[in-house]
Amino acid sequence: MNVLLEHLIVLPIVVPLVTGAAMLFLSEARRIARVTLALISVLVQLSVGVALLYLTSDAAPFIWPEGVGVYAVGHWPAPFGIVLVVDRLSAVMVTLSAAVALATLVYAISRWDRPGQPFHSLFQLQTMGLNGAFLTGDLFNLFVFFEVLLAASYGLVLRGVGAVRVKAGLHYITVNLAASLLFLIGVALIYGMAGTLTMADLAGRSAALADRDRALFDAGAAILGVAFLVKAGSWPLNFWLPGAYSIALAPVSAAFAMMTKVGLYAVLRVGTILQEDETLAAALFYLGLATLISGAIAMLAAKHLARLVSYSLLVSMGILLAAFGLRIQALTGPVIFYMIVSVLTSSAFFMLTGMTDRTRIADPPVMAEDNPMPRPVYVAYGIKEPSVYRGDEEVGIAVPAAMAFLGLMFVCCALLVTGLPPLPGFVAKFALLSTALNAGQVGAAPWTSWTFFAAVLLSGFASLIALSRVGMRLFWGGAARATPRLRLLEAAPVAALILLCLALSAAAGPVARYLDSAGRSLHQPDTYIHAVLSNRSKQQSGREPP
Amino acid sequence: MEVVYALAVGVLAGSGVWLVLRPRTFQVLMGLTLLSYATNIFIFGMGRLAFHQPPIIDPSQSVDPTLYADPVPQALVLTAIVIGFATTALFLVVLLALRGLTGTDHVDGREPDE
Repeated sequence: MNVLLEHLIVLPIVVPLVTGAAMLFLSEARRIARVTLALISVLVQLSVGVALLYLTSDAAPFIWPEGVGVYAVGHWPAPFGIVLVVDRLSAVMVTLSAAVALATLVYAISRWDRPGQPFHSLFQLQTMGLNGAFLTGDLFNLFVFFEVLLAASYGLVLRGVGAVRVKAGLHYITVNLAASLLFLIGVALIYGMAGTLTMADLAGRSAALADRDRALFDAGAAILGVAFLVKAGSWPLNFWLPGAYSIALAPVSAAFAMMTKVGLYAVLRVGTILQEDETLAAALFYLGLATLISGAIAMLAAKHLARLVSYSLLVSMGILLAAFGLRIQALTGPVIFYMIVSVLTSSAFFMLTGMTDRTRIADPPVMAEDNPMPRPVYVAYGIKEPSVYRGDEEVGIAVPAAMAFLGLMFVCCALLVTGLPPLPGFVAKFALLSTALNAGQVGAAPWTSWTFFAAVLLSGFASLIALSRVGMRLFWGGAARATPRLRLLEAAPVAALILLCLALSAAAGPVARYLDSAGRSLHQPDTYIHAVLSNRSKQQSGREPP
Repeated sequence: MEVVYALAVGVLAGSGVWLVLRPRTFQVLMGLTLLSYATNIFIFGMGRLAFHQPPIIDPSQSVDPTLYADPVPQALVLTAIVIGFATTALFLVVLLALRGLTGTDHVDGREPDE
């Protein structure tokens, strides 16, 4: 038990890595084995995530004092080796990512994982990259995990057929490669000036820099920030996102809903550790505001549901970035709460899109405009196409009243996106806005808070208009629609994510308290820094039994 | 040496950016490759430029940090090269797939005039 506890932090990285690699050796025909392995791996990650949540909370102070757990990889102490650090924010992110992964995996099993290509391996490697990015305490290691998850996502986004998908994939890869190079330049500048890559060590050293070095260090941090913002989908850097996310297969884009949050997580983590100055925070606020407004306008113009959902993802990213840019410490808890709700919502919504797309018979999906006859990738390479996967009818149990179910889920998702009661979208937005307005002196909230307030409400209104228009066309429209046969395996994950949202809404009190403490510890990096750098002496003094 | 180094990074990065902004997929690929070269050399330079300073400690000599180069940027460059190489190979595959599917090498999958 003690050994397990000791190595608990590294499990979310090792388990998917081993699973993903092992699955490569299973032949195409051993589908059941691969699915079982994948499910076990995700379930293990989920339980580890929950365990980490418990261990970092106040309920278990005897294991990790201050709620920060440190794992020195290869037993190299902190400033010299790579450390994995789990604090409350990391634990929340790991759990959230595992929950989304479980839902999308179950959804994918129902039909999407069939044709060709090792879907499950790529999926496992992507979750490994996500978990690694959330857990690492080293700046260059963060880059490596970013690359791992991006490399897996390149494979996933190209799944399926059609020139349009390959084109969107090419754009996606180009932008992300360029962003990775920026990331490298930023990391190199920071290392060149501060001489360390461990985040905890950076905090102390950046404060002690001479003015001459300070300018270059800040330039490095800014370049790093640009790389993060590309991943987070901030306004002038996000034109790649709707294309890639709306073209990818439904379960893939559902899993991608988590990926933009990695950028935000990196901004939160590195931003609070380095204690960025006022101007950078102000820039973040305006960028977030621009993302929010442009996303809301784009939502009004979107025709296809998947694009609409992608833009709603951008709107939520805008809200999060702007809220973080307000520089109100009490706001960080609500920001994390809103992020959780937004991830669950967009994930469920993307999966729902995959199902509603099958109701079309008259009008083909928008993407068909560019390319009347999408030919499989196999044609491009002159490979014989593998046998077409089995028809819809044979697999799984059908859900009765499919249209009613789809409609209900659509309404739930719409309520979540727009932030209307009784679903937690409302709770999250309310917490954000009320905290933003109450932060300053009594009755004197700064104008930035009021701008934020107005922008959030207007964007909610815009998404309400856009979603009701699409919903009316989708469910009440005159065009002939086929009632799709929904299998339980694809309907259940969507319903489960919505129910999880409802549970969050019911348990909003304790959840908000936990997230507030996560936000507080984020803004007092001293405990984090101390836990990481004092790890060496703790290891040498031996471990007392709790 | 510093001037040559700075010029090399600048020329590589400048040509890379120009090529990435071109409309043909192969030009974009070459641009990304040049950019990654520029980045790699840049990372290397962050360990400071010096002559006759190996990154590995020689046990027969006295251990004096000023005699040795900083090994960390060199390790970083190695990682960056490997990752950049793999992603470039992947990009090449996607490039060929797009060419095969659309019959054109324009990044948008169709000629602008059509």
